[in-house]
Amino acid sequence: MSTAGGNEGRHPLFMPLILVGGLIFGFGLGYSHMARPEVVLDFLQFEDFGLLFVMFGGAAVTGLAYSVVPRLFDRAPLTGDSFGRRLKHFDRNVLVGGGIFGVGWGLSGICPGAGYASLGVGNLPILWAIGGMFIGAYAQGVWRSHTAQSDGAPASAD
Amino acid sequence: MVADLLTIQLLTELFPNGVSRYAIGGLFVGVGAAAIYAGTAINAGASTFLESTLSYVSDRSRFSRYVRSRDWRLVFTLGIILGAAVYAVVFQGGAWTTDVAPWRLLVGGIFVGIGTRIGKGCTSGHGVCGVGSASKTSIAGVLAFLLTAIITAQVVAALGVTP
Repeated sequence: MSTAGGNEGRHPLFMPLILVGGLIFGFGLGYSHMARPEVVLDFLQFEDFGLLFVMFGGAAVTGLAYSVVPRLFDRAPLTGDSFGRRLKHFDRNVLVGGGIFGVGWGLSGICPGAGYASLGVGNLPILWAIGGMFIGAYAQGVWRSHTAQSDGAPASAD
Repeated sequence: MVADLLTIQLLTELFPNGVSRYAIGGLFVGVGAAAIYAGTAINAGASTFLESTLSYVSDRSRFSRYVRSRDWRLVFTLGIILGAAVYAVVFQGGAWTTDVAPWRLLVGGIFVGIGTRIGKGCTSGHGVCGVGSASKTSIAGVLAFLLTAIITAQVVAALGVTP
């Protein structure tokens, strides 16, 4: 995790860019229909494979940005941070957590970003899912804060 | 000619709604993440918002790590909601509501909340930014959640729960 996003001395355009980036991101989730749980469930039940184009279309654009942007700028214009790829340490948690997330995604048809976008398209029942996500995130936070303390060992570097 | 017809039939079966809405939507998702990355070097992900926002109401160490980023993550999420609302107003012509049962949304959401935080990412962090980074960790994460999601959705459908 970079130090990006600290409070002190932020560029005045930092928050506007985050907002505009979020707007484009959310518009895309709406346009792609991924904000509709039914569409995700159709994909997972092999009835419509179109959703592959959302994830890999998005990844193609970010992949291009990861290769081009660092050649244009030495450091990020609004934070001064250096450009890194999104590389996270691999351990068993990636598979365990990913597997648990998948059970929830397959049951509900919604993931976090699409859940927020779903609220934006007027789908108020999605608040059940967003509420559930907060409950789940809180439960794992309590549990992991507790185990980190009782171990007396430093928390894993994720 | 026959081969062409078979190809068209196969594509219609795999993509009954075409691919343009998915591809165009995916491009927008990527452009949103890429714009934030280009200006700030931040790899945007949606699920850390859950923990960072919990830091407003809880002092647990697990959440307080995100105190420094919690305000912009809130703004990012507001942007996602507003962007989807723009889509709804311009293209959808009003609100759309799911028919998926509330218990599926709630229980599924709890699993999503636990899993994304243990697994270090979700469909945007691992799926869009991580895969775009050619991160082996993220590709493993994506394969893990795709596999269990497919199994879960198929089992639930086979049990006759619709939707």
